[in-house]
Amino acid sequence: MSRLDINKTYKLFIAGAFPRSESGRVYEIKGAYKKFIANPAMASRKDLRDAVVAAKAAQSGWANATAFNRGQILYRIAEIMQGRSEQFVDEICALEGVSNKAAKTQVDEAIDTWVWYSGWCDKLSSVTGSLNPVSGPFYNFTTPEPLGVVAVFAESKPSLLGAVRTLAPVLAGGNTAVLIASESYPLPVITLSEALATSDLPAGVVNILTGKTAELAPWVGSHMEIDGVDVAGLSKKQEEELKLVGADNLKRVFRFTPSNHPERILGFMEQKTVWHPIGL
Amino acid sequence: MIVDGSEVSLKKFLSDLPPVDQVGAEARASMLATRSIKTTSKAWAIDMAISMVDLTTLEGADSAGKVKALCAKAVRPDPTDLTVPSVGAICVYNDMVKIARTELDAIGGGDVAVAAVATAFPSGRATLTVKKLDTQDAIDAGANEIDMVIDRGAFLSGHLGEVFDQIKVIKELCGNKAHLKVILETGELVTYDNVRKASYLAMLAGADFIKTSTGKVAPAATAPVVLVMLEAVRDYFALTGTRIGVKPAGGIRTTKDAIKQLVLVNETAGSEWLKPSLFRIGASALLNDLLMQRMKLRTGHYASANYVTMD
Repeated sequence: MSRLDINKTYKLFIAGAFPRSESGRVYEIKGAYKKFIANPAMASRKDLRDAVVAAKAAQSGWANATAFNRGQILYRIAEIMQGRSEQFVDEICALEGVSNKAAKTQVDEAIDTWVWYSGWCDKLSSVTGSLNPVSGPFYNFTTPEPLGVVAVFAESKPSLLGAVRTLAPVLAGGNTAVLIASESYPLPVITLSEALATSDLPAGVVNILTGKTAELAPWVGSHMEIDGVDVAGLSKKQEEELKLVGADNLKRVFRFTPSNHPERILGFMEQKTVWHPIGL
Repeated sequence: MIVDGSEVSLKKFLSDLPPVDQVGAEARASMLATRSIKTTSKAWAIDMAISMVDLTTLEGADSAGKVKALCAKAVRPDPTDLTVPSVGAICVYNDMVKIARTELDAIGGGDVAVAAVATAFPSGRATLTVKKLDTQDAIDAGANEIDMVIDRGAFLSGHLGEVFDQIKVIKELCGNKAHLKVILETGELVTYDNVRKASYLAMLAGADFIKTSTGKVAPAATAPVVLVMLEAVRDYFALTGTRIGVKPAGGIRTTKDAIKQLVLVNETAGSEWLKPSLFRIGASALLNDLLMQRMKLRTGHYASANYVTMD
């Protein structure tokens, strides 16, 4: 007798929990060869609002954790992903229609990306900060500080690597994130949320939404609590529209070249300069 | 008079009150909490809630500067938007009353009342002499409203006459000069039956308002407790023709919470109670959330806490 399939309900990841969309909506995704794959949740603007509330609440705790501790946690994400690498490979194969070998390379690269950015956490301020010479009896030093809440539109392809290389630098700098998964290839990102949930990452530091990019992008743009956006997964036109509505709170909007670079961390940080009298 | 002032008649009246159906009260309160209030109704509810807020600061670390800042916020909750109404009152400790009153009058907040928590707030553990002095002191300093606490110890030990007399004495001190709000501290009364009894006791003794909690004890203003108290004021009105106000305080932090309270009021006591003279919300963090929701309605964008004050 054949066993019944246990099909998975794909949900959102908000404040460390896995809720369904407030709207109750789902949408269908098809993989390579137009084969039905899954019905992930279709997040609404209210799910986005909840995600931002969670990210904002988690922000000071994450930013105030020691840089070394943040690095440890990012490394731990890599460890957890390594243990689930087969699941990632299967999902990437089914969705993107690539070979098993190519999928495996992508997963390895994604895991290495976490390790790479975890190393940056406690080196960032030494490498990019400075002790400035001034003409007076003052110490004057400049250090990078996180912006706050950053929204990330993950690249569609490569589905897993694209999400990780936009997300990891945001976290490394001490920002909290709302990640909007690629509309057509969300499954590896949903599985990533399960890895994040079991990796010592405090609840709310990463919140993951799946759904229609075009529906969520304007709300991300106009949300006053979101301080920066990585628009890797948006079209040029969507990016322009987002910048237009985001001008009200001077939102920082970036599109980086698809590679790992400390500029990705620094884009969502501000250099803070402190004057301190010598001798006190 | 429903009771003749003797403890026997008071006890008889209170023990004859029907008991609260606990499951029913909780179910009704949670059912009313599911009402969805949108668009123009929501805008109305937010403004109504703002005008009902008793903006509260009751910390050991309160200073004259903090109270003055809060006064400015009470009069103009959002300085960038003059259509936002002033709050109902400022709620402070005795020694801050004069500072608050002077500041409010100086900045055009004559309509904003100053409420003082008196009678050995929050525990109420002091002799009647001290409680009277405490109250008189607040009234002399210019308090328009007195938030007194009942002696929960006496209430729970069955010394109802003692609680009644204390409220009465304080009410006499208030006279026409100040409104009396009686804090039941429902978190310490344990049962809904006790909440109902204490509500009637306070109203019979002359309270102008009955208030759920000090904000120092959890649970505070839970929806079923507020429901029971609203039923009490509604029934008391049917009995005597006098409308007594209700003030939930403690734990109401979001606009959603506040709107749920307004729904409870409308569906329980009736729309007559939907005004600041008969319903107040004791809160501090709530006002910022109301302002942010108001900004969202006005601009169409989700608002940020960076645009409201940190109190």
